[in-house]
Amino acid sequence: MSKMIKSGLVLLGLMVSASALAAEGIDTQINEAVKPYADAVAGFIFSSFPLAGVQFPFVLVWLIAGATIFTFYFRFINLRAFRHGFQLVRGDYSDPTAAGEVTHFQALATALSGTVGLGNIAGVAVAVSLGGPGATFWMILAGFLGMSSKFVECTLGVKYRNEYTDGTVSGGPMYYLSKGLAERSDKLKMLGKVLAVLFAIFCIGGSFGGGNMFQANQSFKQVLSVTGGDASWLADKGWLFGVVVATFVGLVIIGGIRGIARVTSKIVPFMAVVYVSAGLVIIFTNISAVPAAFAAIINGAFSPEGIAGGVVGVLFQGFKRAAFSNEAGVGSAAIAHAAVRTNRPVTEGIVALYEPFVDTVVVCTITALVIIVTGTWDPSVDPSQGVALTSAAFESTLSWFPWVLTVAVVLFAFSTMISWSYYGLKAWTYLFGESMITDIVYKVLFLLFVVAGSSMQLGSVIDFSDAMIFAMAFPNMLGIYFLLPVVKRELNEYWADYQAGRLQKFGKAANRS
Amino acid sequence: MAQVLLVGTDCSDCGSRAVEYAARWAKADGLHLYVVHVIEWSPFSFSTPQENEERHMRREEELDRAHERIIDPAVKKLRSEGVDAEGVIRHGQPAETISALATELSASNIIIGRTGQSVIKTKLFGSAASTLVQISSMPVTVVP
Repeated sequence: MSKMIKSGLVLLGLMVSASALAAEGIDTQINEAVKPYADAVAGFIFSSFPLAGVQFPFVLVWLIAGATIFTFYFRFINLRAFRHGFQLVRGDYSDPTAAGEVTHFQALATALSGTVGLGNIAGVAVAVSLGGPGATFWMILAGFLGMSSKFVECTLGVKYRNEYTDGTVSGGPMYYLSKGLAERSDKLKMLGKVLAVLFAIFCIGGSFGGGNMFQANQSFKQVLSVTGGDASWLADKGWLFGVVVATFVGLVIIGGIRGIARVTSKIVPFMAVVYVSAGLVIIFTNISAVPAAFAAIINGAFSPEGIAGGVVGVLFQGFKRAAFSNEAGVGSAAIAHAAVRTNRPVTEGIVALYEPFVDTVVVCTITALVIIVTGTWDPSVDPSQGVALTSAAFESTLSWFPWVLTVAVVLFAFSTMISWSYYGLKAWTYLFGESMITDIVYKVLFLLFVVAGSSMQLGSVIDFSDAMIFAMAFPNMLGIYFLLPVVKRELNEYWADYQAGRLQKFGKAANRS
Repeated sequence: MAQVLLVGTDCSDCGSRAVEYAARWAKADGLHLYVVHVIEWSPFSFSTPQENEERHMRREEELDRAHERIIDPAVKKLRSEGVDAEGVIRHGQPAETISALATELSASNIIIGRTGQSVIKTKLFGSAASTLVQISSMPVTVVP
């Protein structure tokens, strides 16, 4: 125990000195040093081609094209398995003798807590501001298509996971890329290995960046804005905020303090419900504006006025924010979903349909509607101020809401960090092997990045880390194309059993038809 | 088919009084007795990815512990007294799980102990015994 306290103190010292350095302006130095490389990588990942006057990043085309192909290849699995997905989440097919294992609901909830967050709050505001109300339509469409991507990656995540003798499990794209492709043919074995390693590298980058620094940075901004902006006592104390957040994250991921994780895992869904309810209250108080809002969404989607790039410009904004928010095709969720206990991997894929649905189709749409019906959207918004815009939209009806939103933003950011620290660690141990030392090295690095993220203004480093998250989609989806027949076979067998009523129902569900 | 009794137990004393009561009943009427312990768990709780990864291992540990401390000694003692006893351990919400299990095992009666918790706590959260009385589809005997 005293050893733990000692190492905790050393770590705290490290974090404080890191932040002290930041305060002395080393952040600009790091920024200068890293910028050329970061910009080059970000430039490559987000390399774009002009389409109707809009710069369309290739990665976005990659994600949407993949999602569309999966949707057709699996004959609209996102729609036809929707009802069955609900039955699985409800536990209709859960054998009571297996109670106590990770359920479909728990795997889904865990994955959701990693994706519901700033993308739903900040990203949507930016999309609606820059793309007009019509962006909402394309965002919803991208959400529906993204469901098919999640279906495929989560099915594979469960199918090719590692099960260890001590009863723990580990899954995700690194495993299905290496094991799955090796199974297809000897020629693909090498490719699978390369894709798996690439994925793991990008995943570690993403876990330090978009899953960490970006979260810390944005939540600090929101805390700052409710405590008085530049005049706030906290204005130049980003490092302090970072150290506090890093301490809590450290207590969970290094100290193994389950209490904190348990409390957040209960408060986060509660905050999500509060957020959605508040959104609905605002929509209902402005109910007279709702028909016009829907008209604006539909008209804006196909014949926008005054939006750069016209329809393509609107589509770009909607697709981009949907992809940022639900991460379908990125492969991160497959890591979280792989822990479920089931002997039919397809079931988890079907349950995973609900992830983009809840994240994008429900939560993002509510945010968009709130912004549209309150008329808060502002085409001249700075994309880094998305949270402030959503906050203002809620504030226009519920004056006290920015405080609640701040708590929600900080908690969402915290739970996203916990999830991403896990995704990153899985990728890290895939590359460096599992041992106490590799484990602790990763976790300490992770905490240092929390402090860095909230105390520095590292614009290009944050761009770089965003790029890393999207880079994950390249190896992930490329490998998935080779594994589609495997998923198809599993799905066809399962679906035949389901339709013939050969799947056993349990409990009350057994009496329902 | 032989008639079946089901007794719910936890580590408290009341549980073992209920078991003794059930044992006398089973022995007198020549009934098969299931000794059931429910480990509190919900399929709809929220957990971290780390917890999910280890869940299977933890579950095995929980089952081992429940066998070792509660069910195995109880069953052993009952069998030495000549009762036709069998142990069952399940995860779930106590009252619902016992009720479902009683249906599944075609038990004719459920016997359960009463935990002596405070009135306020019971008002707020209910107790396993009172919930079971409400939802069970067969007679429930509550042993004080």
